[in-house]
Amino acid sequence: MTAVDNTPVGAGSAGPDRGTSAPSHRAAPTRRRRPPTALLGVAGLVGLLVLVQILPSTPLVSSRYLPPATEILAALVELLGDGAFWSALGDTLTGWAIGLAVAVTAGIVLGVLIGSVPALRAVTASTIEFLRPIPSVALIPLAVLLYGTGLESTLLLVVYAAFWQVLVQVLYGVQDVDPVADETARSYGLGRWARIRHVIWPTSLPYVMTGVRLAAAVALVLAITAELVIGAPGLGNRIAVAQTSGAVDLMYALVVVTGLLGVGINLIARAVERRALSWHQSMRGEVIV
Amino acid sequence: MRAAGVLKRAGLVVALPAVLLVVWWFSSAGSTSFYAPPLSKILGTFAETWTVERLRADVLPSLLRLAAGYAVAVLVGVALGVLVGSIRTVRATLEPVLEFFRAIPPPVLVPIIMLFAGIENTMKIVVIAAGCVWPILLNTVEGVRATDEVLSDTARSYGLTGPARLRHLVLPAASPQIAAGMRQALSIGIILMVISEMFAASNGLGFTIVQFQRTFAIPQMWTGILLLGLLGFALSVLFRFVEMRALAWYHGLRQAQRSS
Repeated sequence: MTAVDNTPVGAGSAGPDRGTSAPSHRAAPTRRRRPPTALLGVAGLVGLLVLVQILPSTPLVSSRYLPPATEILAALVELLGDGAFWSALGDTLTGWAIGLAVAVTAGIVLGVLIGSVPALRAVTASTIEFLRPIPSVALIPLAVLLYGTGLESTLLLVVYAAFWQVLVQVLYGVQDVDPVADETARSYGLGRWARIRHVIWPTSLPYVMTGVRLAAAVALVLAITAELVIGAPGLGNRIAVAQTSGAVDLMYALVVVTGLLGVGINLIARAVERRALSWHQSMRGEVIV
Repeated sequence: MRAAGVLKRAGLVVALPAVLLVVWWFSSAGSTSFYAPPLSKILGTFAETWTVERLRADVLPSLLRLAAGYAVAVLVGVALGVLVGSIRTVRATLEPVLEFFRAIPPPVLVPIIMLFAGIENTMKIVVIAAGCVWPILLNTVEGVRATDEVLSDTARSYGLTGPARLRHLVLPAASPQIAAGMRQALSIGIILMVISEMFAASNGLGFTIVQFQRTFAIPQMWTGILLLGLLGFALSVLFRFVEMRALAWYHGLRQAQRSS
């Protein structure tokens, strides 16, 4: 459970993945007596399903508001055979992927540019600090006016929200460049491009990866929000339709799908991060020491 | 010399925003586009749109709901987080479930919570709380788990248990992480405040902005977007100020570690 999402893996001592290396040999003897973690996790998920199954038949929760787990699962299975569901999923993923790609590219290019020119960084700092916290949902009315309910509306929100996540992390990363390494590169006569390629980029890659991971999650949230509120085609729109037509089990099934999508995107982003940073100290752990 | 330095810093802070505003002002000055009215018109409309009366009728309820939902999320998130974080078995059992709930995009909670809580204030507060609680909860778990073992053992050997342990060891140790979670939760909270009002409401900032858009009151809509932007900025400044004061010891420690 790595929760501090805004801490890059390479930064500081409290990297999110540190917990796996050092304390494990201490915990090993006790773990043998306890049930393994994976088993407990499965038990937790089963417990949740049982709870959702039982709750609607108690007077606590009406089954009109929360259908039993079996009904939600049945609706989910039915969805899997429904072509419209798959095209909605495709729409959501398209908006997510294009928006994320634009935001990541723009974030990295501008981040490296601004970060490596001190004057530019000094001039833009206040503007970035002001624009970043502006909630992207503020742009919803504008998106509706400009693009209606099309994909562009979704993209506008997704790109705006995801861009700042990447940009800010890249700026942190470029700032983290070791001055000695930079000066060494200079004295060996490396040009601007060579320094970006061989000094700045490797240093900021852990930060870039953190930014991409955060942006991937935010992009999904905004893609589904745009569909839900504006009515752009996609899973969010299907949830809104299911809600207004009173198909409660379908609505829950779709919400479960968005959750699974979120989990999936998280896992993929982590896997990509691990691969791209396999050479980095934070990923190799402390085995060598 | 120092005065010149301050002046230079202030200049750097103000320069680009000023340039951007000027560019916006002049490039939109002759604008006849219906959707992008001149900035002068937007600013002129600002004062007459957001009167004290309207601020009280629409912005205040939004902010109160945000504050209530956020407060509930902090209380529940920290309390549950301490519980889950300190007991290994509970943590292992709940981890996948919590990860799943965190991965659900918070805005899809709106239609679900509408079923249970209708469309009144309760719904909006519950939506905000239900969306904000996950980053706080998971960060608290992580913070509690990462408590320094030497400190933990020392506290134990001094017989520090129960509430005293919580007050003097666990919460301070986890507080930087809790703050990180609270910062994430704040931006989620603002999003949910607006979305829940766009969905169903009779007042509030999100409701008013959508109302302007639907009635094609375009300059007013722009002022709403500006106000929402200013609000997001102001809340993040406020958060950073409070965090700096509350965690002054932590930032000092980090700085000392870095310079050594």
